[in-house]
Amino acid sequence: MKSDGTNSNARTGETILDMRNVCIEGYGEDGWKTIVEPISFQLKRGEVLGLIGESGAGKSTLGLSAMGFSRGGCRIREGEILFDGMDLRKASETKLRDLRGARIAYVAQSAAASFNPAYRLLDQFVEAPVLHGISNARDASDNAVRLYGEMNLPEPETIGFRYPHQVSGGQLQRAMIAMAMSCKPDLIIFDEPTTALDVTTQIQVLIAIRKAIESANAAAIYVTHDLAVVAQMADRIMVLRHGRLVEEGEARSLLAAPKQEYTRQLLNVRTERKDPAQVDREKDMVLRVRDVSARYGKGARVLENVSVDVARGETVAVVGESGSGKSTLARVITGLLPPYEGQVSFQGEELAGGFAERSKQDLRQLQMIYQMPDVALNPRQRIFEILGRPLGFYLGMEKGRRRERIGELLREVELPENYAERFPYELSGGEKQRICIARALAAEPRLIICDEVTSALDQLVSEDILKLLNRLQKTLGLSYLFITHDLATVKAVADRIVVMLQGRVVEQGEKDEMLKPPHHEYTELLLSSVPEMDPDWLDRVTTERTASGHLG
Amino acid sequence: MNAFVASSMSTFVASVGASASAFGWFWRSSPVSAKIGAAIVFLWLFAGIFAGVLAPYDETEIVGAVWQEWSSATPLGTDQLGRDLLTRILYGARNTIFIALLTTILSFFIGITCGFMAAALGGWTDQLLSRIVDILLSIPILIFSLMLLSVLGTSVPVLIVVLAMLDSPRVFRLARSVSMDIVVMDYVEVARLRGEKLWWIMRREILPNAVAPLIAEFGLRFCFIFLLISALSFLGLGLQPPTADWGSMVRENAGAISFGILTPLIPALAIASLTIGVNLVVDWMLHKTSGLRDEV
Repeated sequence: MKSDGTNSNARTGETILDMRNVCIEGYGEDGWKTIVEPISFQLKRGEVLGLIGESGAGKSTLGLSAMGFSRGGCRIREGEILFDGMDLRKASETKLRDLRGARIAYVAQSAAASFNPAYRLLDQFVEAPVLHGISNARDASDNAVRLYGEMNLPEPETIGFRYPHQVSGGQLQRAMIAMAMSCKPDLIIFDEPTTALDVTTQIQVLIAIRKAIESANAAAIYVTHDLAVVAQMADRIMVLRHGRLVEEGEARSLLAAPKQEYTRQLLNVRTERKDPAQVDREKDMVLRVRDVSARYGKGARVLENVSVDVARGETVAVVGESGSGKSTLARVITGLLPPYEGQVSFQGEELAGGFAERSKQDLRQLQMIYQMPDVALNPRQRIFEILGRPLGFYLGMEKGRRRERIGELLREVELPENYAERFPYELSGGEKQRICIARALAAEPRLIICDEVTSALDQLVSEDILKLLNRLQKTLGLSYLFITHDLATVKAVADRIVVMLQGRVVEQGEKDEMLKPPHHEYTELLLSSVPEMDPDWLDRVTTERTASGHLG
Repeated sequence: MNAFVASSMSTFVASVGASASAFGWFWRSSPVSAKIGAAIVFLWLFAGIFAGVLAPYDETEIVGAVWQEWSSATPLGTDQLGRDLLTRILYGARNTIFIALLTTILSFFIGITCGFMAAALGGWTDQLLSRIVDILLSIPILIFSLMLLSVLGTSVPVLIVVLAMLDSPRVFRLARSVSMDIVVMDYVEVARLRGEKLWWIMRREILPNAVAPLIAEFGLRFCFIFLLISALSFLGLGLQPPTADWGSMVRENAGAISFGILTPLIPALAIASLTIGVNLVVDWMLHKTSGLRDEV
């Protein structure tokens, strides 16, 4: 059952996938439970279907079912999955193995976790075509070089000889897309392929994906939680929520005139804007970072002469792609990594380099909120223990008073008071992040460092978290140092913006000034890489960048 | 029948209180093998704790001739001095299990404390502790303990401390590797940045998350120490006569085997049964904590 490589001759518009009343259930504590309600759709050659929804909406599960596959603990209860007229549910394992990788390809979210670190990229590329008997190793290698070139990877002739850890995340993701194309599939499933990437890298991967789909004349399912991304990729969009179809429609018309309230909410995320804080930047400075350089061990410097100020009641956003040194800056300020040169002063007094030498008061007033609420909360402690500890430790509160205050804190972060008795695993991701915020508040801090606090959350949830942070800032007069790679977040919370690149501050200033042209070259690149809801955005950016030679 | 026993057992235990739900949970979620293992362990624990009440005679009382046959007066016969073997087995359970348990607890205390410290502090502390452990591990434990015990004497406290010291490197290894994965978590960083002391971090942040594999290991190490004490007693360096102890009972009665008398096999069976019992329970616990699940 191999592809004969005549895909390009295949008629566009021929139905390749026909899902009829597919219903999927998962096994949980109370037995089998439906996770995707019966759903039907058809997919034609050359067509891209976007599946969108928050986590737990069943979009990945549905995407995977298109290759007749269900994850462990899940099963497809009923319905027909007709791929090129063949029902995958009735097909044998051997038959399915022939199809998967050859005619149906899958691109996972994390390329780093999907490649075998012990083999070169090319070896892994060649494996599928040879195994499926589509071509011999030599032809497959030639094909790889061609596809690597098409994916805009540097040095397509030799990049295949590198190991996965020797290329960057974005390059690896593109190598995986090339790999998915190796057998000229008829159907490709993309499962959040750009979610883990920086905006500047994302744009390159998006272009690569588009090219891939076009050149193979394949049908594609694109699973994501980001409506702006799916607007660029999909011809048709299905909005899912709690395993149910909310709305379906042609991409442009759905984006222009959504019928359902939920879709409208998704379209309206990232509209939170902060009123600029009135601060006296002359004398009311909470944090001053002066000419700080830092390095790990005896290695190269990862921070070079960085100076950042944060005034009382304002939010300073530090922006940059991964590896720009923004998280290292947070480690220097918190004292986890003592600076190699330069100094950090807090409320007018110089801070000791390492956190162990700092006073309890300094530690209390400088709190931190982390990216992954799952690992920032001890899974074996109940919420009242997590929140109670800083109250007892810093403020010496008695048990009764502590209980009262925990109630107040929970109300403050908009959670019910009875959550105090729960364990973290009984909470959703957004709720956990609220607990992290409450824990920081418990210490009654002056400055909170927020390290990518919303990047692990769904868009609607993270919007609420940002609103909460803005409100708390207003009522409590807090200062935030906001570390993020997401410019939409920056627009929502920042008063000032600091742009970092390779350990240096490239540009910094008031938000309004920074968002108005003219920009620094790198700031411009960052800003123009943020996907917009406009379906023509990607085309526009591509043309602009090709014209100015900025793609690659 | 089985269901009736189960329900009456659980209702009985339910009235006891706090341990009830734990027992009910065990009963529902464990396989038959673990239930058998738990039954054996509880039987011996019960025998050991109530040896004074259950035993027909005194621990060192001579009640008849040497190596008597089984009879109503001496249900398992008599030993090489004419003492009642059943009585000796019951007291032996108390002595051997009690000492093995104390040794294991001490060994775990030392091993976990040092292991967590090595993981949490890293750097030189880790290097120093780990190299000491490497040295200790390079010497066979039986030979090392024989040497130390012949130098230090064979009183019970010395026995416990020496064996705990020699066993703790194995616990150290496990505790260190388990906590290595925990100390890098953000919640531990949060505790450090809060200014918590090392002891608090070890006890409140690391221990609760490492406890599952450690408990499973506890059962396993208990078995090893129990066997080691029996072996040492057999060699004459463990518990000293006239204290009853399964290992020395095997040694003292070993001569009987050449006369076709089964007496030495009875304490040997006791050792075997407790070891198997504990292992059955531990197997199930390891299976549970390692996250291995049967496919749905």
